[in-house]
Amino acid sequence: MSEALVVDGVHKSFGQLEVLRGVDLAVAEHEVVCLIGASGSGKSTLLRCVNLLEPIDEGRIVVEGEEITGRGVNVNRVRRRIGIVFQAYNLFPHMSVLSNVTLAPTLALGMPRARAEAEATALLDRFGLADKRKDYPDRLSGGQQQRVAIVRALAMKPDLMLLDEVTSALDPELVAEVLEVIRELAAAGMTMLIATHEMSFARDIADRVCFLDEGVILEQGPPTQILSEPREPRTQQFLQRIIEAGRL
Amino acid sequence: MTSAGEGRRGVTVAVLSTVVFFTLLAVAITHAPGWPEVRRTFFNWDEFKASMPEISRAFLLNVKIFMIAEAFILVLALVLAVVRSLPGPVFFPMRALGIAYADFFRGVPTILVIALLGFGAPALQLSWVPLSTTFWGIVALVLVYTAYVSEVYRAGIESVHPSQDAAARSLGLTHWQSLRKVVLPQAVRRVIPPLLNDFIGLQKDTALVGFLGSVEAFKQSQIDAAATFNYTPFVAAAVLFVALTIPLARFTDWLVLRDRRRRQATGT
Repeated sequence: MSEALVVDGVHKSFGQLEVLRGVDLAVAEHEVVCLIGASGSGKSTLLRCVNLLEPIDEGRIVVEGEEITGRGVNVNRVRRRIGIVFQAYNLFPHMSVLSNVTLAPTLALGMPRARAEAEATALLDRFGLADKRKDYPDRLSGGQQQRVAIVRALAMKPDLMLLDEVTSALDPELVAEVLEVIRELAAAGMTMLIATHEMSFARDIADRVCFLDEGVILEQGPPTQILSEPREPRTQQFLQRIIEAGRL
Repeated sequence: MTSAGEGRRGVTVAVLSTVVFFTLLAVAITHAPGWPEVRRTFFNWDEFKASMPEISRAFLLNVKIFMIAEAFILVLALVLAVVRSLPGPVFFPMRALGIAYADFFRGVPTILVIALLGFGAPALQLSWVPLSTTFWGIVALVLVYTAYVSEVYRAGIESVHPSQDAAARSLGLTHWQSLRKVVLPQAVRRVIPPLLNDFIGLQKDTALVGFLGSVEAFKQSQIDAAATFNYTPFVAAAVLFVALTIPLARFTDWLVLRDRRRRQATGT
């Protein structure tokens, strides 16, 4: 299996606070890796670093064999290959659903409008959003907005998708429809790195689970092992708290 | 009591208190010792009718000044605001220049800028420098109002949450593409009411160009007043300014409402 993503000794600080303290991680093509860990453990920061939304201080990140953290790398070209979906959807409120999805393909890829709209419509249709294409984001439920955000990222045909706690801002009854979309993506072979608080979802979908603690990956392995028989005391503590909160 | 009953009672009270208030005010003014004199010099209907046609014609110059200046201000102020929002140390000199410009032209009284340019520039006696006082009046208004309006735009740009830019950049859009398609459209929509506020100010300040000798509404009413020793022409000019401002205010309300409706509309 070739590696879609290699994160090698990545450090990242915000001022005095060192959020990532040497993260090593490899994600193979078509692999789904879930990042779990407490708030502030560095999950979101790691995803933002992979998307080059945050510059790293040390280490390197390699996507499909190309180092993206080197000097002179065109960040816009790199980002077109890496889709990211945020916790708060971040849809563009002044555009219709269809325009949200076609904006990047037409601007960043120079795709003709007619083709971009045809592809966007097909994607929206695939995820049950065909009747929403002319709506503005304010009119949609949280679950619908997040599905549109996923479609918007997919429209760029990325090699790799990063999902940053995409269900955390949703009402409980809306979580399932979004997870269903992610399941479908996994089944279609999309390489994904997913930061999540949904442990049962991680168990269900992940090929591998990584426990991130204080800026390092403390423990990783198959979901059954990490979630049921974690070796590290810190992992056990974290999962214990999750169970007490009724989230597992 | 039902809420409908409360509503009716509220309207009745509002109408009554308004009538009482304005009746008292009218009585106080019309019983002032100098009222007959004030009425004769400021509110003379015959003078009003006589001066209105000429002042209306002169007012067209105000409208022209306003329209031309506004077009330039809208564009230049946006450029200035964008320059001031450029990130990184490379653009420091441009940001510094933008700040200096905004500070200077917001600080100097508009009438001084108009006087300096209107009297100073033609006095250079350069063949390629226009001599028209109206031209220099417009230039001065553009310089001053660009500084104000750029601040309004800048507030709008800063009010767009950084996550919007992050989302656009994450899709591979460049800084300029994100600015043009994602940040600015949202920023401009939000600042339409304060923009209007500045444009009402601009509309009124077109009267300052009269100081250079251009015969706009205020200058014309000055001429009329000087000829008849009656100030009613000023009131006529004021009526014209107000008449232009109110439709502009309603137009802006309509723009804001239309945008809100569109964002909440379903496509089906």
